[in-house]
Amino acid sequence: MKQHLKSNKLFSNKARTVTVLTILFSFIILMGFSFENHSLVTVAKTEKAVIDSVTSVKAFQQVYRVLMSPRCMNCHPAGDVPLQGDDSHLHAMLPKRGLDGKGLNAMKCNSCHQPTNTPGLNTPPGDPNWHLPPANMKMVFQGKTPSQLAKQLVNPKTNGNKNMKQLIAHADDGLVLAGWNPGEGRTLPPLSHAEFKKAWIEWIKTGAVAPKDK
Amino acid sequence: MATLNINKKNYNIDADPDTPLLWVLRDIIGLVGTKYGCGVAQCGACVVHLNGEAVRSCVTKLSRAEGKKVVTIEGLSETNSHPLQKAWLELDVSQCGYCQAGQIMSAAVLLKENKNPTNEDIDDAMAGNICRCGTYLRIREAIQLAAKDQKK
Repeated sequence: MKQHLKSNKLFSNKARTVTVLTILFSFIILMGFSFENHSLVTVAKTEKAVIDSVTSVKAFQQVYRVLMSPRCMNCHPAGDVPLQGDDSHLHAMLPKRGLDGKGLNAMKCNSCHQPTNTPGLNTPPGDPNWHLPPANMKMVFQGKTPSQLAKQLVNPKTNGNKNMKQLIAHADDGLVLAGWNPGEGRTLPPLSHAEFKKAWIEWIKTGAVAPKDK
Repeated sequence: MATLNINKKNYNIDADPDTPLLWVLRDIIGLVGTKYGCGVAQCGACVVHLNGEAVRSCVTKLSRAEGKKVVTIEGLSETNSHPLQKAWLELDVSQCGYCQAGQIMSAAVLLKENKNPTNEDIDDAMAGNICRCGTYLRIREAIQLAAKDQKK
């Protein structure tokens, strides 16, 4: 009887050890996943992307070149004043973002930016929906490293509440397309829109992996 | 043929839809209070209201204004008694006067949307209206005076 009790105690000690170890290992494995690139986890959950980090990071290098070009970055400034020109200086007249990103009072974007480009050298480029990101989600590109920008782009809390499907569709957004029709006197982004879209989709569909900053 | 409502009056305009609104106002209708400054939306001399928003009429095409309500300096008030117009006179804001119609039209949008503007609000809203006589300090003071008058 005493021996039976003793063996029972031994068994429960073993069981306890096994349980604790199992929990510990599970936790370590889960931690490992959560320490992986956040964007990669997000994509895997929503789109069942086939993760190919080499292809993904390579595609993002192309995407990054476009997003950091003046045609994209000028409306994703670090401050509340848009940027202007190929040297990305502060916009003349210092118009401010406003809550909705469409400017303030007599200085709203569409006071000057018409539904289409205004003819003439360096005149205001146009789009019916000309705006900056809103004040509550500024979606800053200026000054971001490739890693920071990639992570920002895949996180709905920092990308304008977009899931992966909406992100893919965003490549054809009117204001994105306006970057390739910038009006006279402005350089185009470094890739064509078709090349950009291809790299953008490839980056997302291969896991939207954020490159490591050097 | 485009129909425009300007200062509460309808006009049928026979012009190219790409014609800048400024030239429709000045050359076709004869409302010359709105001034031509730079022609590329950089100075603010040509600001008018389009459905209550300040727009630069030198780059606003006739086609954008069609069917909308346009207000020019001539239509801001029927008796030149808008609080801004009274404040402008009281403080002798204008020097050469060329930019002042645009200044007042921009300020009117500010006061409509912000009844108690701070100096910073005024500077932000008026930063796109250039005055080569440098009347900026009087402009700011007049807007503050008009804001007070508006509350009465």
